[in-house]
Amino acid sequence: MTPTILTAFPRIPVGQWASDAIDWLTLHAGGVFDAISTVMSSLVHSLSNALLAMPVPVGVAVFVLLAWVVRSARFAIATLVALLLVVGMAQWDNAMLTLALVLIATLTAIIIAVPIGILAARSSGVSAVVKPLLDFMQTMPAFVYLIPAVTFFSIGVVPGLISTIIFALPPGVRLTELGIRQVPEETVEAGYAFGASPRQILFGIQLPLAVPTIMAGINQVIMLALSMAVIAGMVGADGLGKEVVSSISTLDIAKGVEAGLAVVIVAIYLDRLTGALGDKTLRRGSLLAQVQRRRRRTVLAA
Amino acid sequence: MTAISASGLYKIFGRRPGRGVDALRNGRTREDLLRDGLTAAVIDASFDVQPGEIFVVMGLSGSGKSTLIRMVNGLIPATAGQLEIQGREIEHLSPDALREVRRSTISMVFQHFALLPHRTVGENAAYGLAVQGVNRADREQAAQEALELVGLKGWGGHLPGELSGGMQQRVGLARALAAKTDILLMDEAFSALDPLIRRGMQDQLIELQQKLDKTILFITHDLNEAMRLGDRIAMMRDGRIEQIGTAEQILNEPANNYVAQFVHDVDRSRVLTAAAIMEPPPATLGSGAGPQAAHKLMRENHVQWLLVVNRDRTPRGVLWEDDVADAVRTHRTDLPWSPVHEMPTVHESVPLADLFALSAQHLSPIVVTDDRGGVRGVIPRVTLLAAAGSGEGRWGDEDAEAPPVSAGDQPSPSPASTVDAVVPGSPALAGAGSTAPVLQESDPR
Repeated sequence: MTPTILTAFPRIPVGQWASDAIDWLTLHAGGVFDAISTVMSSLVHSLSNALLAMPVPVGVAVFVLLAWVVRSARFAIATLVALLLVVGMAQWDNAMLTLALVLIATLTAIIIAVPIGILAARSSGVSAVVKPLLDFMQTMPAFVYLIPAVTFFSIGVVPGLISTIIFALPPGVRLTELGIRQVPEETVEAGYAFGASPRQILFGIQLPLAVPTIMAGINQVIMLALSMAVIAGMVGADGLGKEVVSSISTLDIAKGVEAGLAVVIVAIYLDRLTGALGDKTLRRGSLLAQVQRRRRRTVLAA
Repeated sequence: MTAISASGLYKIFGRRPGRGVDALRNGRTREDLLRDGLTAAVIDASFDVQPGEIFVVMGLSGSGKSTLIRMVNGLIPATAGQLEIQGREIEHLSPDALREVRRSTISMVFQHFALLPHRTVGENAAYGLAVQGVNRADREQAAQEALELVGLKGWGGHLPGELSGGMQQRVGLARALAAKTDILLMDEAFSALDPLIRRGMQDQLIELQQKLDKTILFITHDLNEAMRLGDRIAMMRDGRIEQIGTAEQILNEPANNYVAQFVHDVDRSRVLTAAAIMEPPPATLGSGAGPQAAHKLMRENHVQWLLVVNRDRTPRGVLWEDDVADAVRTHRTDLPWSPVHEMPTVHESVPLADLFALSAQHLSPIVVTDDRGGVRGVIPRVTLLAAAGSGEGRWGDEDAEAPPVSAGDQPSPSPASTVDAVVPGSPALAGAGSTAPVLQESDPR
């Protein structure tokens, strides 16, 4: 009996629909995609050019100093050692290209994610619509994004960037919403009770109090972007990803390990750096915190 | 003009709450509504708060008091009823107009302080002014003054997280004071504090109130706090106001069994004042009279002592039987004041708790006077003891489930039964100071 039921049940051509939709979009909205492509690629290229224009010692010094300013001297030393390893493995240029891709993708993702997160926090309706969309974006295998991205934007850095943004966006939205919803109701009430407008409450109370959670979200966005940036190498985005892909196709273990190690170093550096931005206890030993402490002491003394 | 005037306020949560109001007006109960998926938080609440008054709304959790206070500044809109702030209807105001009322007229202090952790104490205190767009110099000035008022001078540069709970709530109070509004809403403002700190804050609030003369609507679940702070108290249960009255009225004339059981455990000696328990002197004598007249009055009234009053009704002293008898025997013409017994005098607003020591030190009854020093009544020791204990027996313990009163920081009064055993047939508690004694030469009892 089972075969009849199976044959009687119609084949639902979801994939065909999606494919048709993408064809239609390519045909009718090509101009939009071209514009996005131009803007994105010029953004990534100018950032990667800037990073590559720095002499390597200056670049290393900048990242080490940043590590000290934001987190701690210990982290700065670890950064120095790790970056020298990247330079020693001849992966510096690739690392900078990947960094440019990750930074632009992260920035774009944040610009999209935070406002959506705010809307979702303020309206349960928006939240109900957004949540399944985010689930979809996060669980759909990342490679699947690459196919339409290539049809829209052709080979290069842009399809990689776009699929990276889509894949990395969800935690930014989720944690922004969570952060705002976590602000104690009484504190928001206090704002209203003293006559604050909804705008004053958003920017004066909700967002500042949500910052640690939002920063945790941004940290997640960066980590996801980095993992996706490697996959983006498959569609021709320059950087460590491309290096890894080419080492797979040539079974070059040595190159694969070196490129992979460089990815790990960039990932850990970005994670620790952004982690310290969101968590006060992590940046106690930072240069920034020391300066602030000194300034407060003089204010309190006066 | 009344500061806050509420009449027939309803707040019902749920879908189409209006039908709940109609149902309640038609005599359906809160439980009936619950079955229809409606929660009646406030039911038919009417009250007026006069300018300069501390009006306490007292109730257990779930009684609707927090909803009620939030309706006053529009944080929660009423489902039905009228609410006027200084004569202005606030129910149908536009959001902008409502914001204006909150900025200019009503400020609020919260149970868990609700300070902004990322801003300094000074910035927190200035929050209300910052929202209004007051310039930095002016609001820093106002914040500093407010912090000084609450005893936090010099803490402006610290972050709230560095302060203790009591100090944080002072910042909350300073924030409300800096806004310079006439009306102050205090939502369980001291409930999150330790008993000792809470006590200190209550004292400070009373002191500030004498200085600033704000209108304060204070919410609490602590009966002792309500009695201590409130000029008048509204007792709330299940969304309804059961009784509104002064602490003494609620203690002595509870409107129903619920209120009676609630106040059962209260420390009466801190709530009742001398005026509430004093009785008319059994016999008084003009200060111009002689020992013979005194002797006659004592015999007629079967009393052992007499209160002597001057022409302006101020107390002159107390005469004792033995001294008067001696004076008559020795044909003295002036009144024989006792060489050992002094006459203790107190103002009528002194709480009972402060009378015990006085009563213990003097054999003479305590004489109660009004603002001008005139005699209003007397409190013999027996009366004092009976009043302290008379919570028991009047309402009984038939329902053992008296509502829990939050642990106050004051010791409970001595067990009433013990006192009753010592003083059988003690005079009943005088009613709420309403019985002004008639002062006549001979007041037959």
